[in-house]
Amino acid sequence: MKNLRAINRKAHAIEEYVSAAQDDVVALQQGRGGNNNPATRPHYPVGCSIVFSPGWEVDSAGGTAGLCQPAERDLYDCYISCFWPAQVPDHLNNYPDWTKKCASATKDWKDIDLVFP
Amino acid sequence: MSAAVDSAVYRPAEFHRFEAGGRQFVYLVPSAGVFELNEVSGRILDLLAAAPHSAEMLAERLPQYAPRDVFEALEELYQSHAIQTPEGFHEPPQQPPPQFPLQSLVLNLTNQCNLSCQYCYEFGEDKIATPDGKPKFMDWETATQAVDYFFRDSAGRRSLHITFFGGETLMNFPLLKRVVEYARNKAAGEGRSLDFSLTTNATLLTPQIIQFLSENQIGVTVSIDGPKEMNDALRVFSTGKGSYDIIAPKVKQLLAEHKTRPIAARVTLTAQVADVLKIFRHLTEELGFQEVGFAPVTTSSKALYSIGPSGLDRVLEQFRELALEYRDWALAGRHHAFSNVSDTIAEIHQGVSKSHPCGAGLGLVGVGPSGDISPCHRFVDSDPHTLGHVSHGMDRDKQADFLTRGHIHSKYDCHSCWARPVCAGGCHHEAFVRYGDTGHPNLHYCDWIRGWTDLCLQIYGEIAVRNPEFLAHFDRRKTLQ
Repeated sequence: MKNLRAINRKAHAIEEYVSAAQDDVVALQQGRGGNNNPATRPHYPVGCSIVFSPGWEVDSAGGTAGLCQPAERDLYDCYISCFWPAQVPDHLNNYPDWTKKCASATKDWKDIDLVFP
Repeated sequence: MSAAVDSAVYRPAEFHRFEAGGRQFVYLVPSAGVFELNEVSGRILDLLAAAPHSAEMLAERLPQYAPRDVFEALEELYQSHAIQTPEGFHEPPQQPPPQFPLQSLVLNLTNQCNLSCQYCYEFGEDKIATPDGKPKFMDWETATQAVDYFFRDSAGRRSLHITFFGGETLMNFPLLKRVVEYARNKAAGEGRSLDFSLTTNATLLTPQIIQFLSENQIGVTVSIDGPKEMNDALRVFSTGKGSYDIIAPKVKQLLAEHKTRPIAARVTLTAQVADVLKIFRHLTEELGFQEVGFAPVTTSSKALYSIGPSGLDRVLEQFRELALEYRDWALAGRHHAFSNVSDTIAEIHQGVSKSHPCGAGLGLVGVGPSGDISPCHRFVDSDPHTLGHVSHGMDRDKQADFLTRGHIHSKYDCHSCWARPVCAGGCHHEAFVRYGDTGHPNLHYCDWIRGWTDLCLQIYGEIAVRNPEFLAHFDRRKTLQ
């Protein structure tokens, strides 16, 4: 934690617990201040096959019901990090600007256009 | 990010805020975590103290910080439970495991005493003991049964502690010697560590006893109330003669020859004897104690020696003066003998958050000369509080009743108090003497506890800022006493 400095042993235990909880479920992480807060926004791993990223396969309780919400998040996860060209354009080589009109997936997803290779 | 979280309104959760060494801190309740706040997190708490705010509102009210910094601080405050949303935090009460292993045994070797201290809870007007028809001295068979019971009911603990108590403990010194040897052998056989301590009025100390205590590394607490005129006000023989002249040379000899464990003085403060500074100076500088602890006398409020509210305020004022001296010494890396401070700081450092005020009836029990098991030494020989007998062990129903009544969750008055992690309602015995119920919170000293805890938090915070290495002294948890 950057703003609170743990002083006693209990505070160190709390800090450890909090950072473990925050670091675990990256894809579904919800931070105070919403998506405006980069510190708590999910980060994008480079390729899901090389990173174990719980939250995509199962949630922290082992369930699958609440995953990939909002559904539009999938666009980004496939476009930027997973590079799954069968479903979405390829970000790395051919369509780096595909989502430039889409600042927020939940609001602007309609602005993402089709591509015709 | 769901809209519900985005638009959440935050308000303070439970904490006590304090300042030390020019920095801002929070003591979180009930976790007992101590955190230092930076500027933005302090400002957020200021705003939330005045009114609930959403994240966006806070960012607007704090334009001097980048919104991301505000959100980040907000996140940390929320995650550490310093602030909450209207739903609050669901923290169900935790009950101790039904068979909590013992750690400490207090053996009351005798209920007899050669002094007649007028405030004594065992013989004075507030006595709860019912010793009629019971043995006055513990015998060998009962003592070994008690030790066997203790080892049985402490399964899983690697280090154990036995305290010898009375009456006057040394009136049954021959038994003490045999118990030390018996319990040592038993601990060695089981590969466990065991240490001992005793409390005494020092009148019966002899060179041989002192040598035994030193060789066996037995910690000693001496009950003594200060210089002659103060000690002799209430610590007297049955003839009315004061005890100071008898004990002073013996105490000096004890301190000179017993170096294997720190020797502590334990002072009882009363309406007549409450000059904390003078008592402390005498006990440390003239007699040479390394640890001095003070406790106001346990009594109903009508006793002549009871310290009233204004008397307690004066005592707290003197405690403050001595505690600040402790702080200055700690900042210079020196040991100070005022153990009330070191005991409280040790608990703050660990972040102790108590379900019960002490280990009585949980990890600690008292055993009287008859072999009856009590929650602690203060309840020994009191039939209504007996929890079992060493021959057949603890009565689990009686124990559960005692622990349920003493649990912080049954003390409604405590639920809004920020000092409850360290206090948990206070001494079961004192509660019984004052209110007739071991589970009653000790409401007569709430202000005292809060004032004292606040002072110790400030001292702790200042040490953490200016001499953090000193806190390593408190890394190891003290055993239950």
